[in-house]
Amino acid sequence: MKRNARFVAVAAGVAALATVAAGCSSGGGGGTPTSSAGGGNTPAALTGDCAPYSAYAGHSGSTVTMFGSILSPESDSLNKSWADFTRCTGITIQYTGSNTFESDLPVKVNGGNAPNLAIIPQPGLLAQMVATGAVKKPPAGTVANEANWNDAWKSYGSVDGTFYAAPMSANMKSLVWYSPKYFKDNGFTVPTTWADMMKLSSDMAAKMTGAAKPWCGGISSGTASGWPATDWLEEVVLGTYGGQVYDDWISHKVKFSDPQIQTAMKTVADWLQNPAWVNGGVGDVKSIATTTFQAAGLPILQNQCGMLQQASFYEAQWPKGTKVAADGDVFAFKLPAVDPSIKTPVEGGGEFVTAFSDDPAVQAVQNYLSSPEWADSRIKVAPGWVSANEKVDQTLYTDPIDQLSAKYLADPTATFRFDASDTMPAAVGSGAEWTGMVDWFGSGKSAADVAKAIDAAWLTS
Amino acid sequence: MTTVTTSTDVAKPLHGAEAVKAVRRRFSTPMASFFAVLIGLLWTIPTLGLFINSFRSKQDAATTGWWMFFVHPTFSLDGYNQVLTGSGGMLIPLVNSLAITIPATIIPIFIASMAGYAIAWLPFRGSDVIFFGIFALQVVPLQMALVPLQQYYVHGLQIAGVTILPSPHINGTLAQIWLSHTMFSLPLAVFLLHNFIAQLPNSVMEAARIDGASHLRIFRSIVLPLSMPAIASFSIFQFLWVWNDLLVAKVFGGSDPTMQPVTARMQSLVGNYGAHAELLAPAGFVTIVVPLIVFLALQRYFVRGLLAGSVKG
Amino acid sequence: MTASHVVMASSVAGQAATTLLGVIEAVGGFVAILFIVFYVAGRATGRLQKPIALIICLVPALFLVALGLVIPAITTINNSLTNQQFLGQQKIKYIGLKNYVYAFTDPATQQTILRTVLWLLIVPVVSVGVGLLVALLVDRMKHPSAAKTMVFLPTAISFVGASVIWRYVYDYKDPSLPQTGLLSQVVIALGWRNPPNWMLTAPLNTFLMMVILIWIQAGFSMVVLGAALKAIPEEVIESARMDGASGWRLFRTIQVPMIRGTLVVVLTTVMITTLKVFDIVFTMTNGNFSTDILARRMFSDMFVTSQVGRGSALAVILFIAVVPLVFYNVRVLRREREIR
Repeated sequence: MKRNARFVAVAAGVAALATVAAGCSSGGGGGTPTSSAGGGNTPAALTGDCAPYSAYAGHSGSTVTMFGSILSPESDSLNKSWADFTRCTGITIQYTGSNTFESDLPVKVNGGNAPNLAIIPQPGLLAQMVATGAVKKPPAGTVANEANWNDAWKSYGSVDGTFYAAPMSANMKSLVWYSPKYFKDNGFTVPTTWADMMKLSSDMAAKMTGAAKPWCGGISSGTASGWPATDWLEEVVLGTYGGQVYDDWISHKVKFSDPQIQTAMKTVADWLQNPAWVNGGVGDVKSIATTTFQAAGLPILQNQCGMLQQASFYEAQWPKGTKVAADGDVFAFKLPAVDPSIKTPVEGGGEFVTAFSDDPAVQAVQNYLSSPEWADSRIKVAPGWVSANEKVDQTLYTDPIDQLSAKYLADPTATFRFDASDTMPAAVGSGAEWTGMVDWFGSGKSAADVAKAIDAAWLTS
Repeated sequence: MTTVTTSTDVAKPLHGAEAVKAVRRRFSTPMASFFAVLIGLLWTIPTLGLFINSFRSKQDAATTGWWMFFVHPTFSLDGYNQVLTGSGGMLIPLVNSLAITIPATIIPIFIASMAGYAIAWLPFRGSDVIFFGIFALQVVPLQMALVPLQQYYVHGLQIAGVTILPSPHINGTLAQIWLSHTMFSLPLAVFLLHNFIAQLPNSVMEAARIDGASHLRIFRSIVLPLSMPAIASFSIFQFLWVWNDLLVAKVFGGSDPTMQPVTARMQSLVGNYGAHAELLAPAGFVTIVVPLIVFLALQRYFVRGLLAGSVKG
Repeated sequence: MTASHVVMASSVAGQAATTLLGVIEAVGGFVAILFIVFYVAGRATGRLQKPIALIICLVPALFLVALGLVIPAITTINNSLTNQQFLGQQKIKYIGLKNYVYAFTDPATQQTILRTVLWLLIVPVVSVGVGLLVALLVDRMKHPSAAKTMVFLPTAISFVGASVIWRYVYDYKDPSLPQTGLLSQVVIALGWRNPPNWMLTAPLNTFLMMVILIWIQAGFSMVVLGAALKAIPEEVIESARMDGASGWRLFRTIQVPMIRGTLVVVLTTVMITTLKVFDIVFTMTNGNFSTDILARRMFSDMFVTSQVGRGSALAVILFIAVVPLVFYNVRVLRREREIR
């Protein structure tokens, strides 16, 4: 008895300490959004320049927490994009970015500490979150906006046919960066077919001397090392076999050891593991494994490298003062299909706004972020950002790369697919496949062995 | 208290300091000193590289080695400027690190020294088992504990759906970081402090008991003051550990950016997939400078306390 | 613009003040609660006095240890027997020892386990060796503090900081370009034209990463062993010298046996640290290029690649691997206690 009483006293002591702390430290992170007393649910009519935000009014004083992988300076642009929304509706959006988002989010959600909203870049992770039962279905307003995306995008924001998360940004992965000036000076032209591109590469290799090579690449990227190489393989699979094989590959109906994928790996090897063609301005083939993806393209500016396959967001990596334009220092062309019969294969990526709370203020933010108005607002803040929302005002894009990306992402005839590794289960897509690619490029492991190791990681549950 | 003066006896070596010095002097050889300094330099060079690079311009640091500083000295505070005042600067995180580290150092001192005292001076059946049990728990990897702990903070302790212990309602506050660090530090803290407290002279305890002091009073007025050397050394150890921690702060830091300590901020400063590599050096130096100062200022105490912990004289 | 700067500056100061004030209140509150508990309980006398004191002193520690370490350990053992993939998964099956079978049959995991054993053997021995060497060298110095401080300095540096520091040592650039990594520069200066890409070259990369941990741990060993050496009574050394022992023989026959207990404790402490450290491999190579170790793999299984069951099994293997070390440590301690 006595023992118990003492035990309770101690527990109370700890709790008291906790209360003291809670009272004075800077307030809660997760949990439910805080609403100001009284301000509650009376929708105040918004007038003047705030009138467009009337639909989101009535939650003044609320704070909505948002968690994502986007970091400064890109996150600064996000914060600016909803500044007017906050000013008019009184809803504060508190955004936190983490560069280990993928591992942080499950820990937070499982610990009952989920953010109100999460910006998830991987459909695979979205499906996993839905499976925990913590994800809330989107409100009617967001569902109504669903029609703004094409079926492919909708399906990536859905799990088992139920729409959960509206897409946020979109990026175009099927690009090849090059120096228009270098091309012009040497009489090279932008290739439009895979065969042209291969021919261009050998012509270039013949002309180049020293450390200069036609291609450069870098797949080192901290805990995510290997991902750029998964993109290369995905581009080739999609561009060789089209969407059906690509989808079956994601669902593991087609294994990595399948002859088709093995052939695709061979195509990648002939292209980016060709000692005569890589790694421009850096070193040998193996140096691709240790070069960071950020640094990979910089030799293009010194004419040490001819081309780099990398997504639209690589634009941010060019040093200040680099002119990105068709007649500038660098520009990009669309990676041609390996098999010309595949119609405009486009590989893309993006993020999805996922809700872990069905509080009205959270839903107001969710609705706003799924609207074309928000996308327009974000586009106006800074270049380097494209939306897949079909209602977006295409004339707002000022940046040539954004225009190029938007053109292909909005092309209804294109064979659009989402990044496969982001869609596969995490054990494969952000585990074994990354490691496999690094081994393939860095340690000279054979394609067959790499495939075997990746296939083995597919859990049979 | 009659006992305070005896505290010096615990810390001081038993034999005459002068005699020791005389002997040491004869042992010293120029060769040994040379090698010691050589190893010391070897140990310092990597840190020196970071320090120098933190003051070089982005361009220089990216394209040439830091030792080129001695050939072409260039000096730039851009990195520091950006790290300290840029968006998401490191000033608030520095404060946060202090706010996390100070309580997370003080709380375990009390709890561990109380436990150490109970085990050493209030003999009971099974005290050995408890002591070695706590010590053995240092094998539990931190990563194992994070998820269950967070579930406790949010939902309370539940076994088969029944709440055994309610949630302490400290979710999203610094208190859960303090408590977590306290838990993880206890095996080592109890071990170190117990070893020291157990060696306190029995005569002092006896005298106090004869004076009619209660057990708790003895702890408060005799054990705590006499254990200062061990407490000091443990505090330094714990301070460094908590300050340098990333994992606990990340998991329990909530989603509030204003609660990030320097280590977490440094990690996110470096950018997604390492985008701002040029900020690594200044950010790295800002991160390590406080523990370095603490350590340099207090290293004497560090050594003194460890003596009792694991060294048999 | 300037106005907002002022607001920002004052809000930074305000925020800092609020945070620190909160800390003072919390610490003050904690001490006050302790004081009150002590005061109230201190009034108890007679037969109840000791049990009450015992409970007050011991229960907080036991409670926190149970909550933070014992329960999580049990949870992990339980998880290691399931097919759980990600945190919060709702349908979980018990699959017996399958995860353990996987750990010991999967070639990559097997290599990871072997590599961890290698770390476990080399890092503690070399750290203690270097620590002991420096301790011996400075033991004979007139002004030992400078050299000692330099060796001990890395102990204060976080693993994250250490990996940044060592990036400037192991950085690789094509030999035709100016070097940014110190190691490459040094070996090129010594005449090695084409140094390898250090972090890419197995098994060299594993040893180079061990150097980082040794760099951190040597200072700890040095300090503890130095203290033990100092504690050897001068008379013992003097009389040994009278008998003609000096240098190596003095060290081997007198000093080492005298500090054996300390040596064991330091060795096992460094071993336990080595087993649990994942930050170095995590930040330097993320386990790529044949450098993976158990602690990193376990972290990634649990938090990155959604294989909680498998990761938990690795955690349990790690746990079981450390248990004998701790028991040995406990035995040595026990013996010393009995001697006392």
